[in-house]
Amino acid sequence: MSVPAPLLAAGDSDPGLWSEFWSYLTTADNWTGDRGIAALLVAHVQISVVAVLLAAAVAIVPAVLLGHTRRGAFLAVSVVNIGRALPSFAIIALVLPVSLEWGLGLGFWPTCVALVLLAVPPMFTNAYTGVRDVDPGTVEAAVGMGMTPTRVVTRVEVPNASPLIITGVRVSAVQVVATATLGALVGFSCLGSLIVEGFAQQNDGKLLTGAFLVAVLSLVTEAFFSLVQRLATPWLRAPRRRARPARSDPPAVALDA
Amino acid sequence: MTPAVPGVLLAENGPDSFIWWAWVGDHLDEIWERTVQHVQLTVIALVVGFAVSTVLALIALRFRRTYTPITGFAGVLYAIPSLALFAFLVPITGLSLLTAEIGLVSYTLLILVRNMVAGIDGVPAAVREAADGMGYTPWRRFVAVDARLATPTIVAGVRIAAVTTVGLVTVTALIGQGGYGALINDGLSRSFNTPIVVGAALSILLAMAVDLLLVGAERLLTPWARAGRR
Repeated sequence: MSVPAPLLAAGDSDPGLWSEFWSYLTTADNWTGDRGIAALLVAHVQISVVAVLLAAAVAIVPAVLLGHTRRGAFLAVSVVNIGRALPSFAIIALVLPVSLEWGLGLGFWPTCVALVLLAVPPMFTNAYTGVRDVDPGTVEAAVGMGMTPTRVVTRVEVPNASPLIITGVRVSAVQVVATATLGALVGFSCLGSLIVEGFAQQNDGKLLTGAFLVAVLSLVTEAFFSLVQRLATPWLRAPRRRARPARSDPPAVALDA
Repeated sequence: MTPAVPGVLLAENGPDSFIWWAWVGDHLDEIWERTVQHVQLTVIALVVGFAVSTVLALIALRFRRTYTPITGFAGVLYAIPSLALFAFLVPITGLSLLTAEIGLVSYTLLILVRNMVAGIDGVPAAVREAADGMGYTPWRRFVAVDARLATPTIVAGVRIAAVTTVGLVTVTALIGQGGYGALINDGLSRSFNTPIVVGAALSILLAMAVDLLLVGAERLLTPWARAGRR
């Protein structure tokens, strides 16, 4: 594919790009209406929230139960590997043929299902690993104190695993917000539509506005879950720990795989 | 992949099917070309990403205070959705290979730097002391002892980076680069199932193949890990 590249002018046009971006972003008319920025932003957030909630419902309970029994290690490793190998663009693109084949139509739900598929593996893996790796001594102490298995799960294992569980939700959520952008290619209007239309109409202001808002939304999502993690696990902050690089963060999980 | 079946034999198999085998048979050349492009884009990104990450990891190891800012910056790059990152770059660097590779390389940095530093940090102090005691110079110890013992962790990072990159290369089709994404994009633009299904299936297969290949590489590079397991 050879596309006429609007480069070379790069150096000189930087101020031009900036003002194009700024004027698109700050023009009130661009924000209102059915396909205005506000509506697209709401749709983007809506589909992301629904997808993350559905994925959490599907992934976390089985992962906690499997982690509790300390079985299913092979299943967990397979989920990690398959999850990592699923290219998000390919999964979103498959929405089109699948929907056409089974006459499901396009738009919110097909895109949402694809997002759920992508969100399940990180949540499942982290919840499973987190519960499985709870200190056996702690679990034994809980059993020795007469806790029923249900209470061991809800009062001991889940709280101890919560940093990893929340990390899994965070990784999934950021991925969902990022991938929802691609929904614009399969008929779901969201912030990605600004980017896709910006490309098509060679409208750099629109393109950059879309890119900017998508990037901000991802970073806000990441920051939000980091905050949730801090608030939900106050005991981790109390004694100042030595920095342990990459233990509870996403790539670290793969160290075990 | 199942070999192409002539459309005559499967009367119901046609352009509207989930996958139209006759089209696949007619386009094997194009599919192969896209495979080569996909692998090229991936390899360039990984080689450049590995080189840049090595430099960053060495800086972070030598000057500890730089670790947090380096991984923080890489983390911000990592969190920016690929389409948005490409959209930022296109007005500046155009719909070019350079744009695609800048994006792809950015996404490898966080994973690689973090695993390189964690790998070196994981070398037991006693092993370092032993090497020092045997008269290794610091640089030679780093290359012959530290880096070697860090290999499993570093290869684990390369595996994640490689698989992630294979997936992201499909997105570069949206900025005019090739790879399986070009097949997907072609199918999306004219609502034609077959190239979408072929492109998606092959990019998943390629990601899995790369992962397996690197597992093999890890075993070859760390023979002692296998010996110790018995």
